[in-house]
Amino acid sequence: MKNLVEVKNIKKNYGKNEAVKGISFNIKEDEILGLLGPNGSGKTTTIGMLLGLLKPTSGEILINGQKLEGNRIEILEQINFISPYIELPKKLTVKQNLTVYGKLYKINNINERIEYLSEKLRLGGLLNSITGELSSGQKNRVSLAKALINEPKVLLLDEPTASLDPEVGDFVRSFLENYKKEKKISILLASHNMNEVSRLCKSILMMKDGIIIDKGNPEELINKHGRKNLEEVFLKLTRSKNELN
Amino acid sequence: MSLTRMYGLFLRHFYLITRSFPRVLDLVYWPTIQITLWGFISNFFATHTTYYNNAVGVILTCAILYDFLFRTSIGFNMLFLEEIWSRNFTNLFIAPMKIGEILTSLVATALIRALIGLIPAVLLTSPLFGISILDLGIFLFFLFLSLYLFGITLGILVSAGLLRYGPSFENIAWSTMFLLAPFGCIYYPIEILPELFQKIAYLLPLVYIFEEARNILINQTVDIQNIYNAFIWNGVYFVLSIALFYYSFNVAKKKGTLINMGE
Repeated sequence: MKNLVEVKNIKKNYGKNEAVKGISFNIKEDEILGLLGPNGSGKTTTIGMLLGLLKPTSGEILINGQKLEGNRIEILEQINFISPYIELPKKLTVKQNLTVYGKLYKINNINERIEYLSEKLRLGGLLNSITGELSSGQKNRVSLAKALINEPKVLLLDEPTASLDPEVGDFVRSFLENYKKEKKISILLASHNMNEVSRLCKSILMMKDGIIIDKGNPEELINKHGRKNLEEVFLKLTRSKNELN
Repeated sequence: MSLTRMYGLFLRHFYLITRSFPRVLDLVYWPTIQITLWGFISNFFATHTTYYNNAVGVILTCAILYDFLFRTSIGFNMLFLEEIWSRNFTNLFIAPMKIGEILTSLVATALIRALIGLIPAVLLTSPLFGISILDLGIFLFFLFLSLYLFGITLGILVSAGLLRYGPSFENIAWSTMFLLAPFGCIYYPIEILPELFQKIAYLLPLVYIFEEARNILINQTVDIQNIYNAFIWNGVYFVLSIALFYYSFNVAKKKGTLINMGE
């Protein structure tokens, strides 16, 4: 499996504050990498750099073999992002929003793509609904449809199931598992839901204070730290001094 | 530059306007009120002053021209602010759109927004006040074009500020035109201004545009030099605004404003 995402020693300083202190990792195709860490650990900054919204102070990011620096547009065509902290225009209908983003990503046969996604994400009856009037679960699925409109090779997910009820949360997780398997895409999942991370991710990065303090698959980490589950590992690591440094 | 992507961003605002009656009403309401008010003031001055004696509608014509400038500038800012208010800003900036495509699309959309407001108001002036802005003849086009250029230049400058400083820059978006209006000599000749203000006014395209509008209507002559000067200054400010927008985008990427927008 080739690496679709290669992050090489990236750092990000805001003045004297070092938000990310030189981290490196790869994400293979058909892989979901979990990114865990307490608030302020550098997860959002890392995602911002992967999306080209933030310029790293140093280091290099390659997506599908292409350097992000200097190839922003070509790379943005291949990635997408979902977060509960960003929304689609509330006054537009679901179909209008998806059409707009279909155009922004220059998708051919937008209607076919919308039909496919609405079937997969159970949006059929919602296409003509006003986006702002949907429930959290429905909005989440619409945002996911927008994030998949360009058939991304790399999908960045920030708390994709936050504030969802267990049924919708489970639906989204199952969908992501199947979609990843079917399309062989790479997914970076930042989440505070340890059960979700355990279920979806084969490998995990633990971040704290801008560095990666541990990594491995969920079982390895649980055994290595002698804990019962990933949440306990998370608590141990975030409350203790850095493991690898 | 991709026409599809630019059309996509235009569609986003087109859908928004056509789905919302209050938004359409808002676009039409203010220009109509503004022009009706200035129409009555214009009628009063036309009958009680010698300066405007032979040119009924000079003030009203200038009011229409100024409103077009105001609507273009505010329209551009609104398009940008809509993305911040709706928390869609990040979605837009992670879409594969070049900065030039975003600006071009917003510039075109701002024109349509301004025209939606202006056309009904202009149509009202003839039956209500017996005045037609078309009295400016072919030069009306150049005056409008010049105002449009300056309006979007101001819009781009304010948007650059929003990118650089975030939503806290929003208040500046509303006040820019009011700051420049006294120097624009919209309703009075430049000689009214103190000497220092005159020097500042001559550095703006507005004074040439409004002086020329009055010149055409009052003296029935055309001074091409005024139109030429307006375009020269417009060119200078337009290039500066684009450069500043790119600079602000790069600074925002360094400072992290783009991911915190809306907070």
